[in-house]
Amino acid sequence: MKIIELKETVTASNDRDAEVLRGELKQKGTLLINLMASPGAGKTTLLERTIRDMKDELRIAVMEADVDSDVDAVRIEKIGAKAVQAHTDGMCHMDAGMTRRALEGLGDEPFDLVFLENVGNLICPAEFDTGAGRCVMLLSVPEGDDKPLKYPLMFSKSDVLIITKTDVAPYFDFDVDACVSRARKLNPTIRVFAVSAKTGEGFEAWEEWVSEQVETWKY
Amino acid sequence: MHEMGIILHLAKSLEETAAEQDIKKITRVTLEVGEVSGIMTDYFVDCWNYFKKRHPVLDTAELVLETIPAVTWCDACKRTYPTVQYGRTCPYCGSGETWLLKGSECVIKEIEVED
Ligand SMILES: Nc1nc2c(ncn2[C@@H]2O[C@H](COP(=O)(O)OP(=O)(O)OP(=O)(O)O)[C@@H](O)[C@H]2O)c(=O)[nH]1
Ligand SMILES: [Mg+2]
Ligand SMILES: [Zn+2]
Repeated sequence: MKIIELKETVTASNDRDAEVLRGELKQKGTLLINLMASPGAGKTTLLERTIRDMKDELRIAVMEADVDSDVDAVRIEKIGAKAVQAHTDGMCHMDAGMTRRALEGLGDEPFDLVFLENVGNLICPAEFDTGAGRCVMLLSVPEGDDKPLKYPLMFSKSDVLIITKTDVAPYFDFDVDACVSRARKLNPTIRVFAVSAKTGEGFEAWEEWVSEQVETWKY
Repeated sequence: MHEMGIILHLAKSLEETAAEQDIKKITRVTLEVGEVSGIMTDYFVDCWNYFKKRHPVLDTAELVLETIPAVTWCDACKRTYPTVQYGRTCPYCGSGETWLLKGSECVIKEIEVED
């Protein structure tokens, strides 16, 4: 018998698969954005509006990781973008292997931008690299500004925090500055946008960021 | 089904390691599991015992879990305290501006193999 010290995380094999997938997507010039949030934070609504605004400029597709329905995929197709149902094999998160299979489901058509609407929860998706080029998390105003304290990993892993549903702010005590400063303690470079899909507030800045990322991803 | 997802990746990581290092049998796997990793240890071991049978390199491997205590940092009074006992509120100053320092990890510490 012999002992071998490993000291690697249990998800190391997924991390390696994700790195390979990211490389392939970079070569193809397809930016994959992993969208993570709690159930009902406004992921699909944000995508609907973003696609409407950007579909003339970019070739966009969406992968919907609902555990057991195609409701969101149907909503996206109504807007006129290609959408597939990503199968999570009953899991609470998408991993690199599932993401690869979902991408295959989109066919050979080239896309500039693919969104993955991950399974709705703030814990598990943060632990599994999907191979996405960028990670974006949503936090809706009704959820509260203390979430960076409760779900630190999600905030540390995300490149962008979008505070959604700002139109309902008058009815809640969500303190944007407190939330942002908590998030920045975990992740000093996190970009923050505050949007309302109802009024359109903040969408211009968010979409400008998306355009820039798609551009830089291609080179 | 968080535990099952982790076990699938754990098994795959170990198979890859075995292939790289030309290991025929892994007899024991020791994981360091943070106190607040959210992993339910009994269920985790059940999942392991079920899945290991699918992998010839792992099928007799025993899974050993070592608990890593969770420690929280208080940003208000700059002290640390045990997370499980006090949760998110600092026992020294009552502040809620607190951060988990460690205790959420799940790391493969070592494996025992047949030579
Ligand atoms: N007031 C307001 N409501 C919003 C906004 N965005 C989304 N909603 C509402 O929030 C609810 C959930 O929105 P979805 O976009 O389905 O949320 P989701 O995150 O995709 O939800 P799941 O996929 O079920 O996790 C719907 O009733 C939306 O109409 C917003 O900016 N303002
Ligand atoms: Mg949705
Ligand atoms: Zn304190």
